[in-house]
Amino acid sequence: MADLFSKWKNGLEKTRKAAFGRIATLFGATQINTETWEELEAILVQADLGIETTEEIIQALKQHVVQEGLTRTEELQHALREVLIQRLDPTPVVDFSYQKPAIILLVGVNGSGKTTTAAKLGWQFSRAGKTVLLAAADTFRAAAVDQLQVWGERLGLPVIAGQPNADPAAVAFDAIQSAISKKIDIVLVDTAGRLHTRYNLMEELKKIHRVVGKALPGAPHAVWLVLDATTGQNALQQAKAFKEAVQVTGIILSKLDSSARGGMAFAIQESLGLPILYAGLGEKPEDLQVFDREAFVNGILEKNGK
Amino acid sequence: MFETLTQRLEQIFTNLRRRGKLTEQDVDAVMREVRLALLEADVHYSVVKDFVSRVRERAVGAEVSRALNPAQQVIKIVHEELIKTLGEPQWLNLTGPKPRALMLVGLQGSGKTTAAAKLARLLRSQGERVLLVAADPYRPAAVKQLQTLGEKVGVPVYYEEKVAPPLLCAKAYEHAQKGGYSVIIMDTAGRSQLDDALMAELKAITDKVSPADILLVVDSMIGQEALHVAQGFRQAVNLTGLIMTKMDGDSRGGAAISIRSVTGVPIKFLGTGEGIDALEVYDPSRLASRILGMGDVIGLIEKA
Ligand SMILES: Nc1nc2c(ncn2[C@@H]2O[C@H](COP(=O)(O)OP(=O)(O)OP(=O)(O)O)[C@@H](O)[C@H]2O)c(=O)[nH]1
Ligand SMILES: Nc1nc2c(ncn2[C@@H]2O[C@H](COP(=O)(O)OP(=O)(O)OP(=O)(O)O)[C@@H](O)[C@H]2O)c(=O)[nH]1
Ligand SMILES: [Mg+2]
Ligand SMILES: [Mg+2]
Repeated sequence: MADLFSKWKNGLEKTRKAAFGRIATLFGATQINTETWEELEAILVQADLGIETTEEIIQALKQHVVQEGLTRTEELQHALREVLIQRLDPTPVVDFSYQKPAIILLVGVNGSGKTTTAAKLGWQFSRAGKTVLLAAADTFRAAAVDQLQVWGERLGLPVIAGQPNADPAAVAFDAIQSAISKKIDIVLVDTAGRLHTRYNLMEELKKIHRVVGKALPGAPHAVWLVLDATTGQNALQQAKAFKEAVQVTGIILSKLDSSARGGMAFAIQESLGLPILYAGLGEKPEDLQVFDREAFVNGILEKNGK
Repeated sequence: MFETLTQRLEQIFTNLRRRGKLTEQDVDAVMREVRLALLEADVHYSVVKDFVSRVRERAVGAEVSRALNPAQQVIKIVHEELIKTLGEPQWLNLTGPKPRALMLVGLQGSGKTTAAAKLARLLRSQGERVLLVAADPYRPAAVKQLQTLGEKVGVPVYYEEKVAPPLLCAKAYEHAQKGGYSVIIMDTAGRSQLDDALMAELKAITDKVSPADILLVVDSMIGQEALHVAQGFRQAVNLTGLIMTKMDGDSRGGAAISIRSVTGVPIKFLGTGEGIDALEVYDPSRLASRILGMGDVIGLIEKA
């Protein structure tokens, strides 16, 4: 755990260096006044929480202030942290010990980090003593299969791949059959990036989902949406569309080591009830951490936090 | 989300039927909605603030034309100001002695490699002799990706194993010079503007090759950080243009406004698909309407 937490901190350290005009005066003043509220709004909007969520949070805080008779900005800071943390569900424990093989489908828009996340997850599961198979079901993008194969070689994980432009559902099917016969614990299916607005590509994804269920009844056991933390308001539309199409069960927030705060997680949690499971904090296999809502909220309040 | 501004404005439209000069109240009512629309489009908070106060100043006291109601008049001004901020699309610089170098930079996964192939195809079709340079030795199979795309567009790819990007680019340039190429396009690795070592690498490349164009490739779905990303890259290298990618989705693309406001760098192309021909010159008026989320309203006003 200690190691885990310091990873978050290191990831956020870089963020902290990003001093560019970030509004940090909020907790510099001591008395809560109208400016405090405006500055609070600025902080939350700039962390990509979106204006709607931001206004809700400010309303909630204003109530706290009245009810508890808060007057000082330190007290407000404390209340804000609490309100933000409470808005995120505790991270559920990922446990596939009752399914063998457990099939995990990784989905998301172009370039969000699916392939890298598949590799990172494979590394994690295999370190935890599980046998892992990677399925390269992105047969569309140039060298997508090679990318996953390079990861497989580096991490010593087997990869099942199809020919370029092969049917991705067939690749997933083959991988599952192979996993069953080889008694593999976990199959990670990497899919092609697709914008949630592309009807045909979303239909193709539904087909992969269906075929996976035919290859193994009850599968997929998890469908994880890999969401780039630098995404703004569009993140909610993405999550909605993917959830509708393939019953997403959890979110992986990638690239949280960037300067972005990933504030759209709040709106997604609130309106779709999807838990955030992992955070991507870099490009290396060990740079995937179980989502830590406190560290995440600290990241949003950086510079103001202690 | 797309419809909200339109709907909200229609409400205001029906409430404001007077003619004459725009009052502060008229302007404020509309600007509240415009502010929300811009924030929902991911325009940076501080950029929205400046923009709103600038437009408010211009709008208060303006004469309402006969064809428009006060709300429409404010929106017209907003739209005009947005177009002005976005600027006219610009073509590549690509001047100076041949071969001319073009470099693509940006965050991880923003669309650089794809854009490199798209530009190679476009320039080739205009008669240029193009060489692609695979200057991303880090991402697994990044070189293979560019080689595959290069083959597709019929453009050779320069790469040497175990040569660091600055030297690799210098060698590629020399190779291009000798081989009679007119343009080289350097595809660099994705990086965060906060990564000092990798930003220094970008600088080192530009020291060796002096690109005629350094294009920042930005995912149109990006949120508030767009502003800091652009600032960070501009601090390291002399950006000459912007490519907004993944415009084929339903993101509003407000980052374009933020980036233009802080860097002044012109928007050169839009990426509108995964295919190698999905590269477009943009139309400021259409992008402005998209950012406001109100295509049809603008249509109405333009007819008036
Ligand atoms: N800094 C950082 N970079 C990441 C992270 N996750 C992925 N990346 C980088 O983001 C880029 C895109 O990652 P990919 O894994 O190829 O994304 P993808 O979703 O598979 O992309 P497509 O298959 O093209 O849709 C690569 O350069 C990765 O190294 C992360 O957590 N942090
Ligand atoms: N829909 C759509 N997808 C795009 C567009 N441009 C790029 N992509 C996709 O976005 C993903 C990432 O594109 P790349 O060109 O690999 O991005 P990159 O910036 O080179 O990524 P790194 O080298 O890892 O930093 C791929 O799946 C591309 O096919 C676009 O305009 N529209
Ligand atoms: Mg991929
Ligand atoms: Mg690339």
